Amino acid sequence: MKIGVPGETHPGEQRVAITPDVAEQLQKLGFSVAIESGAGESASFGDGAYGDAGVDVVSDRAELWSGSDIILKVRAPNDEELDLFHSGQVLISFLWPAQNPELLERLAQAGVTTLAMDSIPRITRAQKQDALSSMANIAGYRAVVEAAQHFGRFFTGQITAAGRVPPAKVLVIGAGVAGLAAIGVARSMGAIVRAFDTRPEVKEQVESMDGEFLMLDFEEEGSGEGGYAKVMSEEFIKAEMALFAEQAREVDIIITTALIPGRPAPELITEEMVASMKPGSVIVDLAAEQGGNCAATEADRIIRKHGVTIIGYTDLPSRLAAQSSQLYGTNLRHLLDDMCPEGDGELTVDMEDEVVRGATVVKDGEITWPPPRIADPSPPPAPADAAEAPPVAAKPKRTFLGPLLTFGIGGLALLGLGAVAPPSFMAHFTVFVLACFVGYMVIWNVTPALHTPLMSVTNAISSIIIIGALIQISSPLNWIAWVAGITVFITSINIAGGFAVTRRMLDMFRK
Amino acid sequence: MPEGIVTVAYIAATILFILALGGLSHPETARRGNLYGIIGMSIAMLATIFGVVTANYLMLIAGLIAGGIIGLILARRVQMTQMPELVAILHSLVGLAAVLVGFVNFLDPEVHYTGVELTIHDVETYLGILIGAVTFSGSVIAFGKLSGKIGGAPLTLPARHWLNLALLLIAIWYGYQFVVQSAAGGGLVPLLIMTAAALLFGIHMVMAIGGADMPVVVSMLNSYSGWAAAATGFMLSNDLLIVTGALVGSSGAILSYIMCRAMNRRFLAVIAGGFGTAGSAAVGTGGDQGEVVPVNAMEAANLLVGSKEIMIVPGYGMAVAQAQHIVCEITKILRDKGINVRFGIHPVAGRMPGHMNVLLAEARVPYDIVFEMDEINEEFPDIDVSIVIGANDIVNPSAQEEPDSPIAGMPVLEVWKGRTTIVLKRSMATGYAGVQNPLFFKDNTRMLFGDARESLDEVLMEI
Repeated sequence: MKIGVPGETHPGEQRVAITPDVAEQLQKLGFSVAIESGAGESASFGDGAYGDAGVDVVSDRAELWSGSDIILKVRAPNDEELDLFHSGQVLISFLWPAQNPELLERLAQAGVTTLAMDSIPRITRAQKQDALSSMANIAGYRAVVEAAQHFGRFFTGQITAAGRVPPAKVLVIGAGVAGLAAIGVARSMGAIVRAFDTRPEVKEQVESMDGEFLMLDFEEEGSGEGGYAKVMSEEFIKAEMALFAEQAREVDIIITTALIPGRPAPELITEEMVASMKPGSVIVDLAAEQGGNCAATEADRIIRKHGVTIIGYTDLPSRLAAQSSQLYGTNLRHLLDDMCPEGDGELTVDMEDEVVRGATVVKDGEITWPPPRIADPSPPPAPADAAEAPPVAAKPKRTFLGPLLTFGIGGLALLGLGAVAPPSFMAHFTVFVLACFVGYMVIWNVTPALHTPLMSVTNAISSIIIIGALIQISSPLNWIAWVAGITVFITSINIAGGFAVTRRMLDMFRK
Repeated sequence: MPEGIVTVAYIAATILFILALGGLSHPETARRGNLYGIIGMSIAMLATIFGVVTANYLMLIAGLIAGGIIGLILARRVQMTQMPELVAILHSLVGLAAVLVGFVNFLDPEVHYTGVELTIHDVETYLGILIGAVTFSGSVIAFGKLSGKIGGAPLTLPARHWLNLALLLIAIWYGYQFVVQSAAGGGLVPLLIMTAAALLFGIHMVMAIGGADMPVVVSMLNSYSGWAAAATGFMLSNDLLIVTGALVGSSGAILSYIMCRAMNRRFLAVIAGGFGTAGSAAVGTGGDQGEVVPVNAMEAANLLVGSKEIMIVPGYGMAVAQAQHIVCEITKILRDKGINVRFGIHPVAGRMPGHMNVLLAEARVPYDIVFEMDEINEEFPDIDVSIVIGANDIVNPSAQEEPDSPIAGMPVLEVWKGRTTIVLKRSMATGYAGVQNPLFFKDNTRMLFGDARESLDEVLMEI
């Protein structure tokens, strides 16, 4: 089948759907590939590079469109492009079906089987096709670069001959893919990075990127379906806002990435917070397209308010066009790879395949979006956390009453014993209790690697019971002497065996 | 020999025993620790022989020599994989000795007590025999299970908890009877009945415990043998016995506790038994887990050679296949290539505490590359290849991910966080807990089916 890659027409869009590398690999799968002349220019992939990779460079847009079975794009097609489709074609691109119902309608009428890259289910198996993650990663990186561009100081702290430079403090709100990428980049530039997220399970991920996770003194689980966040309760939001207000006064750069699927972005940074920030601070709002996490954000623009630069670019991935084209193209290739299991250049839209089913929004003139729900949201820790919750709640009671009860009963039992027992017994008892404690202290120091030798040596030592038999063996009664003799015999097996085998084992332990 | 000297000797022995246990805190001091133990035991025995024994030297020496020779032969012949069995059978001897000493002490006409002292002495005797009998029969059954003479599956009688309770009540009731009758000069009958009940209890208790819980059982019996010695010490008013018994008893108790914690199980739940029965096998997410990716020895070898950080996670399967030597061989070659090979040991891997460490030590794997789970678990994200050899439940992610799994909450080695995991396994059978292991179905897991030793042999050739 023939793949056609037209240039992107959206104003300011720099990306291209495939790179020469990807084109080469697609040809290995049996596809033939054509590209519109100049399509990759803005992403630094010239026509020559595509030509070298065996791609057919077509200068006429309409011809490319009509001659292809599969159209690969980055952005959703606009009106003129829609007119170029013919029935039976396959389109793979970003589509945002929830926001663009009339687009789906038109594609269905045109008989174009459509796969939306943004609808690929976020499951483990589909990670290599997950273009949203690829793009979010780039957006996170670029957000830090943009912030650095507009921030008047170093990120890293330095002590120079001209004085001390404090490190910049960066707050990242929302530790999704973009947030984590931003944390990593800002950290590697030397800034102090803090991050906040409503989902407590990402704490570990934040810490793995060397960021500091800000904890809210509040119990609420923020994990929604598919690894996204959900809307939180009012009290939670209040506590959260207080935290942001406090942080805003302190940090130099705020990067917000908070999105809730299918809703406008939550407003997390108010005008007052912006005003409270130090002059020269920067806010990068990655949620600008969905209305922004900051009250002052204007989409696609950079504005200055209260001395703070607020960046509302919605095309951050496009601003790193070569990188995003390469990753997006690779995501596309993985998808095509899965849809072409034979490697014969024939595309099959297998609706049994969970990933393909999720991505397919139009098939054979029918709108197939939204897909039926799938059972497994991506990060599983949420239920585990929920299950752990009840024991935590029950704990305080136990920790308080338990020892009290134990000590109470133990103390009473000891008192009772002391009241009736003769002094001779109590002397032995003292020795016994002290020995238990000595044992307790000594044994905890034993390295776990030596637990087997520990058992064999304690076994040998416990044969000290032979002393009992030795005391009895001199009895004038014959049968007592005999039984004691037998006891001596079996305990000596134990003594010799236990010590010898311990020695044998210990001899084997060496560096 | 005056009594004071004997006492001093006993104090010396006590200190030496404590030093012996303390020495085990590190492999380098452990050998000296063992020597301290031997010296302590010798001092205690010599002091007793010269200070207390007055007759029957011939029998004494014959017993010592015969027993000593048998013990040495046993120690020399035993395979390291059979260590748990040996330890179990040796425990039973301590239990038996406690029973014999207890009975002799009770029946010895020379022992006289009156009043409260008699009561306390009777209780001590009774407890010593009770614990000794449980230790004896329990250890014999544990030996049978570990050596495969008795099936490893837990025996779950329908009313087993009631049976245990009944045996406990019998023990208490006849304990009371024994004290009463002993004051009147009798008491042998209740003592015999109790002994029978205790023997029965020991058998039943260990029979009901599944194979995976054996580490707990072995360390628990270790503890019991100590308490039996301590009770005997009370009976004989001998502080050396009391101290040593208490040391051993608390040692075993701590080991049991560590083992239980490593399986996230309550001690009572282990003792009540029935873990790993057919009933719980149905749990787990069933067959709908995806596909496993098998590899052959050559691919596995390529994975190993191409990595920088390797973690080997051995389990009981390695012991069964006697694969520790070949593992060591592979480790050596890979380390010579500059690859950092380390071992991650789960506390309950194998059939007794520290079993894996002993096997690896036997194969001459240096102990400073063998790490405990707690030391190494955080490093798995940096590991290129983890090799799981004959282990299952201890690397099962469902312990963390599925709250209703039978092993939920058990600490496990997080091998799946590494880049690739190679699992050596004979088949897709489940582990002792009877739980399916989602690890095998993960994207980054490769299965190398076959006998662990043969598979590793092939891998070694390819390297």
